[in-house]
Amino acid sequence: MNFLEAIFYYDFLQKALLTSAMVGIICGMIGCFIILRGMALMGDAISHAVLPGVAISYLLGIPFFIGAVVSGVVTAVAIGFISQNSRIKQDISIGIMFTSAFAFGILLITGMKSSTDLYHILFGNVLAVRTADMWATLGIGFVVFLSIVLFYKELLVSSFDKTMAQAYGLPVQWIHYILLVLLTMVTVASLQTVGIILVVAMLITPAATAYLLTDRLWVMLYASALLGVISSVAGLYISFTYNLASGAAIVLVSTLLFLLAFFLAPKQGLIWRRMRTYANTEKGEI
Amino acid sequence: MIPAIQVSELSVSYHGQKAIQRADLIVEKGKLVGIIGPNGAGKSTFVKAMLSLISRDGGTVRFQGKSFKEMRTSIAYVPQRNEIDWDFPITVFDTVLIGTYPTLGFFKNPGKKEKEWARVCLKKVGMEPFSKKQIGELSGGQQQRVFLARALAQKAEILFLDEPFAGVDVASEAAMIALLKELAADGKTILVVHHDLSKATEYFDQLLLLNKKVIGFGDAETVFKRELLRQAYVHPLSFLDQKEMADA
Repeated sequence: MNFLEAIFYYDFLQKALLTSAMVGIICGMIGCFIILRGMALMGDAISHAVLPGVAISYLLGIPFFIGAVVSGVVTAVAIGFISQNSRIKQDISIGIMFTSAFAFGILLITGMKSSTDLYHILFGNVLAVRTADMWATLGIGFVVFLSIVLFYKELLVSSFDKTMAQAYGLPVQWIHYILLVLLTMVTVASLQTVGIILVVAMLITPAATAYLLTDRLWVMLYASALLGVISSVAGLYISFTYNLASGAAIVLVSTLLFLLAFFLAPKQGLIWRRMRTYANTEKGEI
Repeated sequence: MIPAIQVSELSVSYHGQKAIQRADLIVEKGKLVGIIGPNGAGKSTFVKAMLSLISRDGGTVRFQGKSFKEMRTSIAYVPQRNEIDWDFPITVFDTVLIGTYPTLGFFKNPGKKEKEWARVCLKKVGMEPFSKKQIGELSGGQQQRVFLARALAQKAEILFLDEPFAGVDVASEAAMIALLKELAADGKTILVVHHDLSKATEYFDQLLLLNKKVIGFGDAETVFKRELLRQAYVHPLSFLDQKEMADA
């Protein structure tokens, strides 16, 4: 049975498809702001730091994203606190805090659940998406999408010219933390499709690809979302057809798209850049 | 008449060191003022403290008799070139359009009126033909003109420019100063952090000579005097100076 037939036939595959497409959209959109604000490393850290929160939520029987937001934000605050109150630089502080949070999460999960569950949280298991998970992802997606649409102007100006934003009275520090909260929510939504370890790829790679393709932020947002969806759906197809790990397949499709843009993008692509440089030196010699 | 800017006894610390000590300043409306002084004199710090971007140790700053908070949307700041990410995915036109954001408030996006106004401001600085370009594709002078257009779009009464001529070619610098003079004649009050002493008296109505404190302030010709400049540019306690004096 091929992928298309299977989608009509199997309920679990429909859920997987819908969930991973949604994850592709929200990771792609939030990712644009993550890369434009130079927060790629922070994004990686926060996505790992949700692990203890997920474990504790499971223990308390509350929705995953509540614990995830708490542990993500606590880690972010701790990172800031250490770098502001010692000679430790931010990147070092990130390295210390997120690995600690991650390690703590691993202990919690292996202590109370099986290592299979840990494996699924770390690497995703898209074919096991339950109806409740699907709705949670759609809910988170809606919140993220709405936040970006409503606060587009504020996100744009605070990412582009923080000083001006601050001068005219935008709460730039709050915007930073709200983005971190959205980031933890997106991570939770991505747990089952790509897993904690690879979610950063879904945040950064489609956004970076879109960044090479356009000079307008709103185009970048839509392009990144579209690239996220294409990666998710194509990755799911490959995963189903060849029986491979879904998260890894999705991530590698997005890498392939990035490489295409890196070499072939109309303005920023390596090939055209080289050709322009060559044409210019030719002219220069004559 | 209420002065455009009134600073009294402004003190600022930076990394635990006194950066500005008890600075006083009164600028009348419609003046083009240059802020000059050596590297590390605290010129940018002074401006940032006036705009509440960094915290002060003490002192007050009033704009047209009002607090910064009441006036903040009518005050524009053009940052130093190195504070901007020139690879950011934004066009010249959209950069200028940002100038309309402060008065729009939350949940309202720039409409037809704001876009027309942004276009008028772009025309005023002569950058309209470049409106669809990404900002990194422009020359240094063109980039500064775009940010000036953004300040115009903000309908700001008071403008602060931090080193606007750094990395700008001579022709663009002349065009920009002509534009600034025109704006000042229209009644805008403009403060420019400036590095190069050579044309200071030509460019500005008034000069503020700064080195951790106000060394001199007033009409350009009266401030630009050898004695005052020496006071600002030569650190009186520098070891080498003392040694030179001892040798002489």
